[in-house]
Amino acid sequence: MNAPTAPDAFERRLVRVTQEGLPLVPRPYASIAAVLGVSEAQVIERLQAMLERGAIRRIGAVPNHYAIGYTANGMSVWDIDDAAVDRVGELLGRQAAVSHCYRRPRRLPDWPYNLFAMLHGRQRAEVDAQLAALAALVERECGAVVRARDILFSSRILKKTGLRLGAGPRET
Amino acid sequence: MTELDTIDRAIINALQGDFPLCPAPFAAAAAPLGLSEGELLERLRALRDAGTLSRFGPLYQIERLGGAFCLAAMAVPEADFERVAGIVNGFAEVAHNYRRDHRLNMWFVLATETPAEIAATCAAIEAASGLPVLPFPKDREYFVDLRLQA
Repeated sequence: MNAPTAPDAFERRLVRVTQEGLPLVPRPYASIAAVLGVSEAQVIERLQAMLERGAIRRIGAVPNHYAIGYTANGMSVWDIDDAAVDRVGELLGRQAAVSHCYRRPRRLPDWPYNLFAMLHGRQRAEVDAQLAALAALVERECGAVVRARDILFSSRILKKTGLRLGAGPRET
Repeated sequence: MTELDTIDRAIINALQGDFPLCPAPFAAAAAPLGLSEGELLERLRALRDAGTLSRFGPLYQIERLGGAFCLAAMAVPEADFERVAGIVNGFAEVAHNYRRDHRLNMWFVLATETPAEIAATCAAIEAASGLPVLPFPKDREYFVDLRLQA
């Protein structure tokens, strides 16, 4: 992976006008270009370059999970022996049921968990079954390395806007 | 929840990535779905306006743009939950926020333009709410790709 690149002035303006979405018009890149005072080709080239360097993960539809039927969204959290956590993280990250998987610091004594894996389903029972299957897989592949686990279902979306670059000090 | 028909589902499933970077991308994306450009645009506007789509466009990875993401959690007393949710959501740095069933019942993601702003934003939320904020920065990312089938 390349090192992170600080956005130049054009890129910052491009992010700012597209972070809430593309204009839903036949020529969206031309419409953005008109706002920014550049050519349509410049907008397309820059978005392509940002995709290639990972500054854009993807371009497309961002569904609200709940609205498309995924009402059971569980953050599974695991307390894994430090010596085994990367192996378990790689394993969980490869499973189709897992959308995000991260290692994070424990917050002892309240929070013993160091591995987070997000699971999604249409019912809690479905997600509970996914979790049981993952736990069995971890035990089979890595042995008895899970000291504790829990799952925190989301019961309400309080906010979901995605990132918002504001008019910060580097505003141009 | 809005009723989605088979065309809506096909659109959502087909267009969660790889949106064309060409002058008329909606026409290019509509063709394999058997739709016209106008039909696709009309469907997308309706899905967005109904909240089925949070948005349609680029998903930025702020860390590749010099910024930072950080998960954080709070244990909010039930009686105070709405007030604190309003305070937390009022921060532009809060990209999303979920209520979860746990003593730590509010979990949100901060997205800031520089890594230093993560700690500053946590401190500002603590000051505004009067409650501790537990940051959970990632030590390592094993996998990220959320594409759900409608």
